[in-house]
Amino acid sequence: MRREDWLTLALLAGLGAVGLAAWAAGEPFTVTLATRAAILALAGVGLNIALGLGGMVSLGHAVFFGIGGYAMGILASHAQSFTPLLTAPVPIAGTQSMPVIWVVAVLAGALAALAIGALSLRTSGVYFIMITLAFGQMFFYFAISWPAYGGEDGLSIYVRNGFPGLNTLDPIQFFAIAYALLVVVVAFAGRLAASPLGLALDAARQNPERVRAVGIDAYRVRLAGFVISGAVTALAGALFADLNRFVSPAMFSWQTSGEIMIFVILGGVGRLAGPVAGAALFVFLEHWLGGLSEFWLIYLGALLLGIVLFARGGLIGLVAGARR
Amino acid sequence: MSAVLAVEGLSRRFGALSACEDVSLTLQPGEIHALIGPNGAGKSTLIAMIAGSLAPDAGRILLGGADVTPEASVARARRGLARTFQISSLAMQATVLENAMLGALGRRGGVFRPFRRVARDAGLCRAAEAALARVGLADHAGRVTAELSHGQRRQLEVAVALTLKPRAFLMDEPMAGLGAEGSRAMTALLDGLRREAPILLVEHDMDAVFALADRITVLDYGRVIASGTRAEIRAHPAVRAAYLGAEA
Repeated sequence: MRREDWLTLALLAGLGAVGLAAWAAGEPFTVTLATRAAILALAGVGLNIALGLGGMVSLGHAVFFGIGGYAMGILASHAQSFTPLLTAPVPIAGTQSMPVIWVVAVLAGALAALAIGALSLRTSGVYFIMITLAFGQMFFYFAISWPAYGGEDGLSIYVRNGFPGLNTLDPIQFFAIAYALLVVVVAFAGRLAASPLGLALDAARQNPERVRAVGIDAYRVRLAGFVISGAVTALAGALFADLNRFVSPAMFSWQTSGEIMIFVILGGVGRLAGPVAGAALFVFLEHWLGGLSEFWLIYLGALLLGIVLFARGGLIGLVAGARR
Repeated sequence: MSAVLAVEGLSRRFGALSACEDVSLTLQPGEIHALIGPNGAGKSTLIAMIAGSLAPDAGRILLGGADVTPEASVARARRGLARTFQISSLAMQATVLENAMLGALGRRGGVFRPFRRVARDAGLCRAAEAALARVGLADHAGRVTAELSHGQRRQLEVAVALTLKPRAFLMDEPMAGLGAEGSRAMTALLDGLRREAPILLVEHDMDAVFALADRITVLDYGRVIASGTRAEIRAHPAVRAAYLGAEA
């Protein structure tokens, strides 16, 4: 195993240990912070598939995060008010079952990524950044102006959604769910990078002309990567909404897109565990620096500047060396 | 014998400049057909149109008898047209083996499999390693491409083209920037390739062209001014005037 693989395992184990230790010490708030880190890391792992592996600088991943959140909010709000989601042509009831919500979130995220990707990936560079940002803003303003699901105020869910056999309101059990999903998705992202699609995505990032010259359609390869990326980020969005038992248009905001990107850049673009390190550091700083000063983002900005200028590989790069 | 690749009356203008005018040529099985001409003669424009990265204003391109003129470069590559670039175009941060595997993957298909492992795909690995061995890069398979010397990158370009098991090679100045020794090695390599698939070779290195080419076509100001065997071209007065000059 390479040094980076060990670091990936160590980071995942470390995050699990923090959650368990906090639980053992009777600190439910710290358990919840660790849960938040795991969920945000999951969103970052999703973005990293597009950004790190495929070189698609998306400033619109809040769309997928928000879609996951609203998938949860819409399904759960119908379930808690006992009103059907749809009566015709087929009756569809709401649900408060997490696995069902995850499946819906992943499918909705993938579908949105397919549509947005199909249009955005015809451009590249700064135009791609701008068009993904524009899609993000479209969804943001749509969510604000859609009164059926809370509009600007968002949606509150009174009881966290259920998972068969678990009490999801117990912080450590909900942490276990989020953590297990993170581990599974990190393993999947590692597998993806080593797959034929990963090889083609990696090459398309570096040199699309080369990919086309061997008869592989770089556009379709990127689109596949973008769809997988959006689906993973939507899953994170559903969990994030469940963590807060609240969904609001803020999940669609460009600041959210920027935050997800910050996790990836802090940790290391294209590094498997980069988003885990980045999100954990972000949550730690948010809590610790946020306690010291409400202007904590200034320090985050300085840190980000330092990493971008002096450690292009992010935190992972500092420990495990350059990306090949 | 039917041509593997045929270009019929290909023209392309850039504003007032006619970069290519009514160019026709064929590539027969087993041959190396060299395309020469001074800088600005339209060679790169012609190559770009044949590869599919530039649309012609008029004319047709036939690959294996099929009209591929409306097709994009990806489709032409899939039909078996393997292009090497004038300036090495590789995935520089990937390993040498990964670049060759990408070619083998393009040839075989099955890109959209997120759960397969490339490294455990015996078919892809064998095809990639065989191509690397063929160009003499077997010992460098694990290296990052950016670390390769210029000459080794030129060899890797050919190796990737080889993994495509193409019907025809389209090579844009494979000797560019190579020293005398590198040119000799590349010449020997290309000499052996023509048995697998014919090569349309754009090249400035006249020693290589006259050592390799079965036929030579000379372009000047976008037009074909001569086409024939080595001896015919060497003796052609217009060619001597336009291009070879004192060299011939």
